[in-house]
Amino acid sequence: MELPSAVSDQQSERFEQFARGDLEAFEALFRQFQGEVYRWIVRMVRDSGVAEDLTVETFWRIYRAHARFDPKRSFAAWARRIASNAALDYLKVAKPQVALEEDLAAAEGLNPGVQRDLRERTQRAFEKLPAKLRVVATLALIEEQPYQEIGEALGISVGAVKLRVFRATRVLRKELRKLGVEP
Amino acid sequence: MNDEEERIQKLLEQAIAPTRGKLQCDLWPKMLDRLATPAVAAVPWFDWALLAAVILLLLLAPRSVPLLLYHL
Repeated sequence: MELPSAVSDQQSERFEQFARGDLEAFEALFRQFQGEVYRWIVRMVRDSGVAEDLTVETFWRIYRAHARFDPKRSFAAWARRIASNAALDYLKVAKPQVALEEDLAAAEGLNPGVQRDLRERTQRAFEKLPAKLRVVATLALIEEQPYQEIGEALGISVGAVKLRVFRATRVLRKELRKLGVEP
Repeated sequence: MNDEEERIQKLLEQAIAPTRGKLQCDLWPKMLDRLATPAVAAVPWFDWALLAAVILLLLLAPRSVPLLLYHL
């Protein structure tokens, strides 16, 4: 969707002001993009409280790096990249969190026919994945995000995303077999 | 995506629901708190190790103090 010219000019001006370190421009961008950044992070970390903290952490990093922002490039893509790094930093040290409470409460996305035991074993196998592979598997296989978007957010090529998905499925297959599940 | 990836994806979809979470509150007040907190410069572990080594050297060999002062 193309923005009307006046709105687009205003947005460009805001990006330039932000790049110069203007706090009001930063606030406007924060309010405009906080929801989008949060949604991206919550997909990766699967914990709403942690995602809120990491959204603030992401914008803190964005604010500190304002001078490196190129106003001609996409702010949303840049923010997603920084958000992905913040989420990965968290996932490398945190205990894996697979299910959101609201997911379990709303469970309409889950197949009621699938036994609880099988679900738990699959989750346990998923938790065994290293953070790097878990993130890509979450975004690609569960959240079904386009490979291109995942690659841009993680700073890797589409080929590397495919490779990580392939490696993640291989590790998952091995872990599932160990737990007595034949995929 | 090959057959195996599809099978594993199906298994994952049944075990782990995709997130539908929306941001429930405005985070700007938290952001302001964060901006008001002075950034603490993290001291690398190497600097602490160097400081400990210097203190140890001064304790074990007090005669090295003038030498150290000369180099400072």
